[in-house]
Amino acid sequence: MPLNLTDMESTNAPAKPQFSAAAQDEIKRIITHYPADRKKSALLPVLHIAQAEFGGWVSPEVQTLVAETLDLKPIEVYEVATFYTMFNLKPVGKHVLEICRTGPCMLRGSDELTAHLERLTGAKVGGETSPDGLFTLKEVECLAACGFAPIVQVREKYYEQLDTPENVDAMLTELRNMVHRPILPWEALAQN
Amino acid sequence: MAKITFDGIEIEVPDGTTIMNAARTVGGSIVPPAMCYYTPLKGSGGKCRACLVKVTAGSTKDPRPMPKLVPSCITSVQDGMVVENTVNQQVLDVRKGIVEMLLINHPLDCPVCDQAGECDLQNFAFEHGVSTTRYTEERRTFDKIDIGPLIQLHMTRCILCYRCVYTANQVAGDRVHGVLGRGDAAEIGTYIENIIDQDFSGNVIDVCPVGALTDKTWRFKQRVWFTKPVNAHRDCPKCSGNVLLWYKGKDVLRITARKDEYGEVKEWICNECRFEKKETSDWTIEGPAHIDRSSVISANHYELPVLNHSVVADLPESTQRELEKNPPLKLGS
Amino acid sequence: MGRKLLTEHINVEGIDTFEVYRKHGGYRSVEKALKTMTPDEVVEEVKKSGLRGRGGAGFPTGLKWSFLAKPEGVPRHLVCNADESEPGTFKDRHLMSKLPHLLIEGMITSSYALGANTSYIYIRGELLYVLRILEKAISEAYANGFLGKNILGSGYDLDLHVHPGGGAYICGEETALLESLEGKRGNPRNKPPFPAVQGLYARPTVVNNVESIAAVVPIVNDGGDEYAKLGVGKSTGTKLFSACGHLNKPGIYEIELGVPVEEFIYSDEYCGGIWKGRELKAVVAGGSSVPILPKELILKTAAGENRLMTYESLSDGGFVTGTMLGSGGFIAMDETTCIVRNTWSFSRFYHHESCGQCSPCREGTGWMEKVLHRLEHGHGHMEDIDLLVSVAKQIEGNTICPLGEAAAWPVAAAVRHFRDEFEWHVTHAKEAARPGAVYPSKAVLA
Ligand SMILES: Cc1cc2nc3c(=O)[nH]c(=O)nc-3n(C[C@H](O)[C@H](O)[C@H](O)COP(=O)(O)O)c2cc1C
Ligand code: SF4
Ligand code: SF4
Ligand code: SF4
Ligand code: FES
Ligand code: FES
Repeated sequence: MPLNLTDMESTNAPAKPQFSAAAQDEIKRIITHYPADRKKSALLPVLHIAQAEFGGWVSPEVQTLVAETLDLKPIEVYEVATFYTMFNLKPVGKHVLEICRTGPCMLRGSDELTAHLERLTGAKVGGETSPDGLFTLKEVECLAACGFAPIVQVREKYYEQLDTPENVDAMLTELRNMVHRPILPWEALAQN
Repeated sequence: MAKITFDGIEIEVPDGTTIMNAARTVGGSIVPPAMCYYTPLKGSGGKCRACLVKVTAGSTKDPRPMPKLVPSCITSVQDGMVVENTVNQQVLDVRKGIVEMLLINHPLDCPVCDQAGECDLQNFAFEHGVSTTRYTEERRTFDKIDIGPLIQLHMTRCILCYRCVYTANQVAGDRVHGVLGRGDAAEIGTYIENIIDQDFSGNVIDVCPVGALTDKTWRFKQRVWFTKPVNAHRDCPKCSGNVLLWYKGKDVLRITARKDEYGEVKEWICNECRFEKKETSDWTIEGPAHIDRSSVISANHYELPVLNHSVVADLPESTQRELEKNPPLKLGS
Repeated sequence: MGRKLLTEHINVEGIDTFEVYRKHGGYRSVEKALKTMTPDEVVEEVKKSGLRGRGGAGFPTGLKWSFLAKPEGVPRHLVCNADESEPGTFKDRHLMSKLPHLLIEGMITSSYALGANTSYIYIRGELLYVLRILEKAISEAYANGFLGKNILGSGYDLDLHVHPGGGAYICGEETALLESLEGKRGNPRNKPPFPAVQGLYARPTVVNNVESIAAVVPIVNDGGDEYAKLGVGKSTGTKLFSACGHLNKPGIYEIELGVPVEEFIYSDEYCGGIWKGRELKAVVAGGSSVPILPKELILKTAAGENRLMTYESLSDGGFVTGTMLGSGGFIAMDETTCIVRNTWSFSRFYHHESCGQCSPCREGTGWMEKVLHRLEHGHGHMEDIDLLVSVAKQIEGNTICPLGEAAAWPVAAAVRHFRDEFEWHVTHAKEAARPGAVYPSKAVLA
């Protein structure tokens, strides 16, 4: 059984991150996909779960937790987490807007979109989160949606054809109105 | 056994031998340079591309030439293979290119580098490089960091050969350092604040081809060519105890493992021998060591042949003026 | 309107569910293969079809399958490459999200042919939402007896799993993909050994693109010969092209190989011409790594023949006047496009995506990007142009994996075909550095 969060908070030790019960179930399911002596194969999927569970980024503590979960040395997690660009190594705002900047999107106005989003949110690409803590802007490479450029990815959703102010506003409004964080897929699974 | 022709010389070696090791059985200047391959380390090689050679005939069975240059350090010989190294202009040109690539982000601070005089990169650049650089962009830099109390990492000098990573995996047991990030932003890093404190971790210093991993306990820092290597041994419960003591006068400045002519460690030594036994009385002296390969040591060269230009070199005056007005964006920061 | 083998039912309501897909003839190939054919017979049909890998290299799929080592007692694997990250390419995402069961059906039939009992779909991490779609479809396939133990009573067992990447183009390279699937950094492996001998977990492995695997379905259903009747010469069957850039109708088109490039760009059935009534300037026809061609050379070969959408026709003229079909990522650029800027953007991409293992690519990609950045921003000089070509040459052919070439080709080709424009960026540095600057055509310059 997972540690109960309230139990953890009652101790004075700095809170050690702990996966939710639903996430633990999901991790167990994923591990069965690989040969028993190849648990390391589950590293990327588990890092995705960790990032979603712990506020959109993977702190050193979270990475250590991932290492423990999969019986790995911490360095094995760290070298992988730093190789793949989806894993944020620093705290992020509530929504991370990943703006595609590659050629095909550039041809259809991704530079302008980036500048526009910086103005609208007050966040800086690759830098500060917006003052309201809502938005972090990140430039990424081709998202395999070039025909619908320019593109922004937020978590598991693609926002396409952001070449009109209306579409951009619609996206930002949707994100601003998202009061709770969306239910994570494995939580949905656990509820069923 | 397989018979190959290497630069016109016939060599017979056991099946499965690499082209590189076949050439090493002959030795001398025909041996391709190796910046990442390291025989004792499983999985090493194939990365730096310094050792690329031309295979003009694959084997007796299939005598077609191989379309691309192949890394001699990890390509196995085949019976009837014909290999060209120093006699092939394409190979020499590509090698020049590799020197250039390895140096573009290298600090060129040999005059202040601990490794100068025993640096594989310095040797490589001397023997195979060109004397000017066409690289005028900003170089990547990192702060130097301590990996524990004994080892220092100057990441700026690292050529990402991965030797230290394999060493930590295969020799030092529990690995706490590795390659983080990717591309030219990749770096050797440790897991947050962890330090290398395994018994054999000091060997990463010996395998490092450049001055990226150095011995912090090196006393009264000295240019390598002013020191005298002496073979010595002691009864060590952990390792063979066979080492090299590097003397300046009566003082043991540092201790390393013994290496062969290709710079490869013959026997790994433990941290106690390396870092803690700095008195002559700790050792049984065997006699002066003969260092074969590092010609550079005796030649007293301690600078790279490449001019250390300022960030923007050789620009037309108009461009320079323009640059002052509109400095280029800093990339990658 | 050409025949569609993969996307015929793509717009049918509910086609992403097992029921609807099955109603439209889905999973017939599994029944046919498992009940009436031996694995080798399936391989034989794929060979006959002339299918060439749709991931970029165009290697004949049947031939690749026949290389798979089959040592006694060692499990083999089929891994589907759904990493789709080559700029300009967005067909696999489309296919998987709309027709998840088509890929699953192809995976079952292909795994059977290869004797694999555990197969994986490696999907790029950004497409987690597609992973959910695939996982749902997979559970439906299990529930209906098309996956799991003793499929359709044939005695054949197969487990199929989807594995997400984490954001790295290089994991599309098949050995990097396998490393990544093993939970490691996506560093490509030195070859040999090839995956067919030592792939996933050092076991014999075949890696195939999503579209290649999907194409196995119609091949098995209708027979390889039937498939080979479509297309032209050695370019058989249909192919998905993802068209983007300055087109009126960017999107994903399944075409019979052999459609003239001109028709593809201008006809209303396909891309509907260049947007805003502008002129076409250049095309990158097969994903960002293939050589760019100016309008004159993409519409007609150097010999003046119509260029067709086939492997052979697109590569007619080699790298001097031709290009490659690649992954089918078709990027069109209108007359206002700055080639230097676009080349810089591609270069930045490869620099960003280099794994950093081997020195020519690690250092060279960054070097090219920096020089191109300088040129584009008005700080270039004439020597830089030849320097670019020379650095590209130093990378090409000397690296562990083909990312080196993928980075070198676009730069070399851009200079080859658009040198004037590069020179203009030096002679008119200030003007060229202005955002949105447009290189005046030769006519205006003269
Ligand atoms: C840098 C690089 C990226 C690649 N990316 C992809 C990719 O995203 N998808 C893909 O199917 N193949 C990609 N490939 C090609 C694969 O290595 C491999 O050839 C392909 O998956 C084989 O499948 P096929 O024979 O069905 O085409 C890439 C190759 C390289 C060198
Ligand atoms: S070339 Fe060698 S000696 Fe010179 S700075 Fe680099 S590591 Fe030090
Ligand atoms: S620190 Fe030294 S041994 Fe380690 S990768 Fe860098 S150059 Fe190689
Ligand atoms: S060519 Fe580039 S991506 Fe490929 S292995 Fe070498 S450094 Fe990595
Ligand atoms: S370039 Fe932006 S999605 Fe492909
Ligand atoms: S020594 Fe062969 S590639 Fe480095």
